[in-house]
Amino acid sequence: MSKKSFRQAINEALRQEMRRDPTVILMGEDVAGGRGGSAGIKDAWGGVLGVTKGLLEEFGDTRVLDTPITEASYIGAAAGAAVTGLRPVAELMFVDFVGCCLDQIMNQAAKFRYMFGGKARTPLVIRAMFGAGFNAAAQHSQALYPLFTHIPGLKVVIPSSPYEAKGLLISAIRDDDPVIFLENKVMYDEEEDVPDEPYAIPFGEANLTREGRDVTIVAFGRMVGLANQAADRLEKKGISCTVIDPRTTSPLDRDTILECVADTGRLVIVDESSPRCNMATDIAALVAEEAFDTLRAPIRRVVPPHTPVPFATVLETLYLPSVDRIEAAVTATMAHRVVEKV
Amino acid sequence: MQIARETLLRSYRAMRTIRMFEERLHVEFATGEIPGFVHLYCGEEASAVGVCANLTDNDTIASTHRGHGHCIAKGVGVAGMMAEIYGRSTGVCRGKGGSMHIADLACGMLGANGIVGGGPPLICGAALSHKTLRDGGVAVAFYGDGASNEGSTLESLNLASVWNLPAVFVVEDNGYGEATAASYACAGTQQARAAGFGMPYLECDGSDYFAVHQASGEAIAHARAGKGPVMLHVHLARWYGHFEGDAMTYRAADEVTNARRDHDCLKLFRTRVTQAGLFEDSELDEVDAAVADEIEAAVVQAKDDPLPQSADLLADVYVRY
Repeated sequence: MSKKSFRQAINEALRQEMRRDPTVILMGEDVAGGRGGSAGIKDAWGGVLGVTKGLLEEFGDTRVLDTPITEASYIGAAAGAAVTGLRPVAELMFVDFVGCCLDQIMNQAAKFRYMFGGKARTPLVIRAMFGAGFNAAAQHSQALYPLFTHIPGLKVVIPSSPYEAKGLLISAIRDDDPVIFLENKVMYDEEEDVPDEPYAIPFGEANLTREGRDVTIVAFGRMVGLANQAADRLEKKGISCTVIDPRTTSPLDRDTILECVADTGRLVIVDESSPRCNMATDIAALVAEEAFDTLRAPIRRVVPPHTPVPFATVLETLYLPSVDRIEAAVTATMAHRVVEKV
Repeated sequence: MQIARETLLRSYRAMRTIRMFEERLHVEFATGEIPGFVHLYCGEEASAVGVCANLTDNDTIASTHRGHGHCIAKGVGVAGMMAEIYGRSTGVCRGKGGSMHIADLACGMLGANGIVGGGPPLICGAALSHKTLRDGGVAVAFYGDGASNEGSTLESLNLASVWNLPAVFVVEDNGYGEATAASYACAGTQQARAAGFGMPYLECDGSDYFAVHQASGEAIAHARAGKGPVMLHVHLARWYGHFEGDAMTYRAADEVTNARRDHDCLKLFRTRVTQAGLFEDSELDEVDAAVADEIEAAVVQAKDDPLPQSADLLADVYVRY
């Protein structure tokens, strides 16, 4: 056990799984970088934000493959390699680039198993970074996990901390289905204690980061940390919150969400993806359908507005869910009083 | 190049099987009993069979929405294919894929593909597997003149060259992408495209089994030897519409008639092997009769086979969920 950043935890998961299984390969744009450059440097970048740094040195260029900037061909190649004996981890860099290769994910990898009558296995991981808060503007900041969650055949993972990232990535690599693994780029330098040895966190099992009696907060990825900060503040005001990190949006741990809502009677969902047809609407529908009678107040969603992600810091800050907004939503749901019908 | 008599006989049988399979589908589709879309490969048989005669079960192919011929040429069973097209639970994909998604990974067939340009990237991946696992395999992408313009295809040509993959890109140029002619939709030439990506280019007459066998043999040997990808441009004519039900109003009245008369790969094959004294007509007639029986049996069986059950709807989305 030692302190590791989100970046280091991901790197360590990749390294340990590549040591364990020689069919695990890495591919993507500048996952090493520097190839063919006049400086003659190998592993110049190790990924655009340095997440895969050092893997080339250990595993060589037959297992750490730099690609041209052609997402359709290499994401498709990763899918083709996955059904023919390899276990590729392809890095899409920014998830926004999925526009260049969605067919290969949506129509190919996701559908092989069902469309071929259950005979295909596609052990593919696509890693991509997502999220606003980096002034990266509209084409490098989206949180597109609802898009992937919508597609049957894909599993979708959103780690909320370095510990979670390592264990969930190890599970993703060992999984025999295509997995979309989404890393919030704002979190790469966050640190916490992470075990040195490999460990796997199962999919579809939510993590309760705190348990309380008044309000259930469901949050994803970086929002889990914000939800806990809000819960700390609320605790001081005498409002006690449960915070659920579902870890994966597909599969989704419906039971844990429903059980917690049954206990608290109040639900706030924090989701940094665009507000229409996102995870917050999905979970609101689930609870409205399955747990309507347990609700003591309307469900509240803390989500961005239905706009592209803006560039200027002042606008981007307004855009994203914040600790203040989560606190306000929880306070509002507590203020709601059910009026008995006469 | 001398081709073994056994290979010739197997190839003739495969081409005849494709022809009869497709012509029977043409008839059965008109009755309304076959659901969905069907795209027939008639007229193009020598391309799939000529190429696949140079492949083994260890090699991989990816196909197009016009995929029945490639499946048969790669060894997918006719009964399972027919049952699939009829949407039966006995189908090779248990009735969940249909005509456009017949796949059989066990014999290296990565699937027909409903997406134009869907196959070439997958073939880069299959070729990468062959190369990484050092199993000696080659991966072959069949794609049409229409798909040759897709960005995914052009990206794949680049990637295959950059990674020096054991891949062969077979452009099956039947002159039409749906209802628009390749002469309109394809800028430049396939040859120039291959050159642009630094790969060798070969072309051949797709109605001539021997020409396809020769050219694809060279291409596959090149790729298998680790010398990198090759493009093979096969000139073809399709005898039916883009899909069944297409009245082909965009083709001159005699275009298909002429193709059937002058470029029938089965007739050309028969003439050549009988004139060379390799086979008697009667031997080939026996093959024809056996194939006719096989197709008839497949259709009868498919019509009689069970439909999928309601529980199948939810099965096999994931390995584990």
